[in-house]
Amino acid sequence: MKAVATNPPGPHWADEVHAMFKAANIRQIAIVPDAGHARLIKLCEKDKSMRVVRLTTEEEGVALLGGAWLGGEKGVLLMQSSGVGNCINLLSLSLTCQFPLLMLVTMRGDHGEFNPAQVPMGNATQAVLEAMGVIVKRADTGDEVPEMVSSAIRLAFNTYRPLAVLIGQRVSGAKDFRKLTESE
Amino acid sequence: MSKLLRRRQVVSQLLEERGDMMVIAGLGAPAWDITAAGDHDLNFPMWGAMGGATMIGLGLALAQPKKKVLVITGDGEMLMGLGSLATIAVQKPRNLYIVVLDNEHYGETGMQETHTGHGVDLAGMAKAAGFAHARNVSTQAGVARLKSMIRSGAGPLFAQVKIDAEKLPLVLPPRDATHIKNRFRIAVLGPEALHDE
Repeated sequence: MKAVATNPPGPHWADEVHAMFKAANIRQIAIVPDAGHARLIKLCEKDKSMRVVRLTTEEEGVALLGGAWLGGEKGVLLMQSSGVGNCINLLSLSLTCQFPLLMLVTMRGDHGEFNPAQVPMGNATQAVLEAMGVIVKRADTGDEVPEMVSSAIRLAFNTYRPLAVLIGQRVSGAKDFRKLTESE
Repeated sequence: MSKLLRRRQVVSQLLEERGDMMVIAGLGAPAWDITAAGDHDLNFPMWGAMGGATMIGLGLALAQPKKKVLVITGDGEMLMGLGSLATIAVQKPRNLYIVVLDNEHYGETGMQETHTGHGVDLAGMAKAAGFAHARNVSTQAGVARLKSMIRSGAGPLFAQVKIDAEKLPLVLPPRDATHIKNRFRIAVLGPEALHDE
């Protein structure tokens, strides 16, 4: 079955989101890569005002961005839905300290998933985040992503709390491993 | 009497004349240790988030590259966040110093043994990850040398300091983490820190 990307023509959401990060003075970009974030990560890597920090596990990003805020810098954590599971206990840091925490989560185990191992965490992602007291915004088309990110940036940094924007698998298209092995 | 170093003496010595050095302490005894040395606006003692101390240090060090950041944590806490050694080694923050107080035990939960009493060499792991300065410290002279490296040398530095597994009276920092955060940010950024967005 062929993956169907639903991005409309026009600017890609990642370009708009990168511009929003810049406008909000977001400087530390913590990542565990996901294919859905590839374009945004490239834009941030090219941007001299931003520092991309590669993590070994997503929970490192929660702590990193707490430290960044202590020192007066804003950041964002980019990860896949499976990584949300790795963050849960560390979210207590953001919650007890009232640290802003902006998370952009590309979903797996969601729309047209082919990998059984992605489904349990993907299916539980929103419920688990909400159980921890994280406000969750969800975008299921490329168009909706910038609006949800803009809202999340304002909420996170103005009200000092963790926010997650879930980017549905419909946005980036279900993964096709055969395609990924071909060079871009 | 044990010849091992004593944790509160090590911490007091490292924090003497600290100037504007910012200090993160991992949960449990290291948080009580930095508080016993004197509660301070530039202390960030942790009450939880086990495994996260070094990464808070990294985020802070990157945000404030002109000021020194000292992370003091325990062997159990460090073992839970070993991947952060790789993350920090790649970022190479010149202002970040990590001191692990290694008593080879989980002191807050009944003194169960940790891996470090069974041959795991945390300083060796930091070195292998790429820390230019990674050392094992077990003597008074070693602590004095460590202090001078933190004061006048470049990071990132990692030190594993073997200490006595003694039980000491609790010296608790404030428990409200928003208070700790706000006073820390005001001390670093000025009063406008509370009006920033």
